[in-house]
Amino acid sequence: MTATDSHLRLRQLETMLLIRAYEEQLVELQRNGAPGTCTSVGQEACAVGVIDVLESRDRILTNHRSAAHLIARGADPGRLMAEVLGRVDGYCGGRSGSLHISAQELGVVLTSTIVGGELSMAPGVALAQKMGQGEPGAITAVFFGDGAACEGVFHESLNLAVQWQLPLLFVCENNQWQAFVHRRETMADEAIASWARGHGLDTQRVDGNDIEAVQTAAKDAVAKIRATGRPQFLELVTYRLRGHFEPDDQAYVDAAELKHWQSRDPIHLLREWLLGAGLADAAAIRAMETRVRARVADALQFAQASAWPEAETLTEYVYA
Amino acid sequence: MIRMTTADAIHLALREEMQRDPRVLLMGEGVATKRADLVRDFGAARVRNTPLAEAIIAGTAVGAAASGLRPVIDLLFAPFLAYAMDALINSAGKLRYLSGGQFEFPLVTLAMTGSAWCVGAQHNHNLEAMFVHAPGLQVLMPSEPADFKGLLKTAIRDQNPTLFFTDMALLYQEGEVPQTSEHLVPLGKAAIRRVGADLTLVSYAKTVAICMQAAEQLHAQGIAAEVIDLRSLKPLDEATVLQSVRKTGRLIVVHEASGLCGVAAEIAALAATQAFDSLRAPVVRITGPDAPSASSWALEQAALPQADRVVNAARELVARGTSGSNTNLHIA
Repeated sequence: MTATDSHLRLRQLETMLLIRAYEEQLVELQRNGAPGTCTSVGQEACAVGVIDVLESRDRILTNHRSAAHLIARGADPGRLMAEVLGRVDGYCGGRSGSLHISAQELGVVLTSTIVGGELSMAPGVALAQKMGQGEPGAITAVFFGDGAACEGVFHESLNLAVQWQLPLLFVCENNQWQAFVHRRETMADEAIASWARGHGLDTQRVDGNDIEAVQTAAKDAVAKIRATGRPQFLELVTYRLRGHFEPDDQAYVDAAELKHWQSRDPIHLLREWLLGAGLADAAAIRAMETRVRARVADALQFAQASAWPEAETLTEYVYA
Repeated sequence: MIRMTTADAIHLALREEMQRDPRVLLMGEGVATKRADLVRDFGAARVRNTPLAEAIIAGTAVGAAASGLRPVIDLLFAPFLAYAMDALINSAGKLRYLSGGQFEFPLVTLAMTGSAWCVGAQHNHNLEAMFVHAPGLQVLMPSEPADFKGLLKTAIRDQNPTLFFTDMALLYQEGEVPQTSEHLVPLGKAAIRRVGADLTLVSYAKTVAICMQAAEQLHAQGIAAEVIDLRSLKPLDEATVLQSVRKTGRLIVVHEASGLCGVAAEIAALAATQAFDSLRAPVVRITGPDAPSASSWALEQAALPQADRVVNAARELVARGTSGSNTNLHIA
């Protein structure tokens, strides 16, 4: 690992810590009655590892579990939190809440909370790129989970992307949970990538909690898309460490399995690796943690100070 | 003006708009096969055959529309829209609003419906009211070739997602169509097909012609019916309907779709809430039944509102509205 790499990994750790602190703050708010969210706790390496290899010209589609993708892309935690709280300074003016946040200015477009909805729209975004809209050479990345892979539109989306040769990166965060049902109850095989291969896609299946593995695979996939214009499929094997939707006591989760994956927490793995390799010391990481806590405190203050949308704006934005 | 069928008017509208705007593209099951001249003139990239997969056709159109293209998708038969509901209702209809206005969805969905071809309920289902009920969507259902051309062109240029329904019975009927490539019919503007002072017949699609037949028969009996063709179900031209009802005091709404929570119910509610004092008799709805469409020609015809039903209802209304018995409608 070079000095540049170590600098990159430190920055990535800070982003992952920010995502974690932001979502933990939301969980705390929800204990006190704020609207619930679907957190990405445990899946931060997937978001940061992939989004770090995308460029500003690229487009991202995400889903209900979107905070990690948005923050990895540079979203302001204050505007995100304002959106979750339904305030006017949120990215969507409070219309979205936590479940469908998109931010055109960040290239995070058309977020759908309908599982599979993002997969249905992603080929169109990539088709527009292929047909000359947006910046030349841009690609689209669509984030979804194993739950969405069990929707019929998953197969329709992959099939069309292959047949039309769309510049589309499918990123499946296989977090083993489909709302309140474990993946093993819904699929004969544990891998999504084998389905993708059946549609003629090049696939990579890597440890989604190992940011280096994620980033290496993503970099390779993105380079292939830019070189060939053809879609690629990335399966990131990870685990949803919190419940489907806060608050959720996870009483239905196998304790041993949860414990196993907690020991493989992507933030923990990266921190230990950086410490072990002598690329960071404990004080530096503590300073990072202090910085992200301060940012989240500022975000909360900003969000809570933001006004509610005016009632007379209720039907704004329905029609162009 | 040039005489052409509805099918040709639709094709001409597509051709003119593809010529006018390079962002317009056509996708669907067989569009490239059936419209080979458009492939020849505008290229295969803009006229795309698709898999038989309505959900991804519609979803792709939504994504493309939000990303700078102006897709028109042909999903063939209205019941197939059931597979496309997530993209149309949850994405196209809602994501402008949920994103606080960040995205727009200039896309048009074409679908055929209506009795005529004896194809049964999984190809013939007038479900236009379902889309009227979904926020963010526009719904058009014309009755004349000139409007098929003019409304489709307007819809393609519009920034909102639009459902464009073609009544199968009208597809090969001919009419006079303006030749100009700027023949644009505004959305949300009904057409008064016949002027009359005694009662108002409101309809759309093929039942407009049935109302016109009924009006002709009523004329022979000394009753002057006004016939309004809605053309656009959403936006809805409330003003034209209300103006007519206030003039005639009697309203019959006629459509092929079933009545429960349908367009006729909405028109009836409009009259009841905004023209109550003008009504001289109860509003009448003549609609298809709450039943799937049968394939049998005899049953198709039985389900379809016919001119004699309209004539009989109109005669009853006129008799009632002039005998003074309407006072019981105004119980305080």
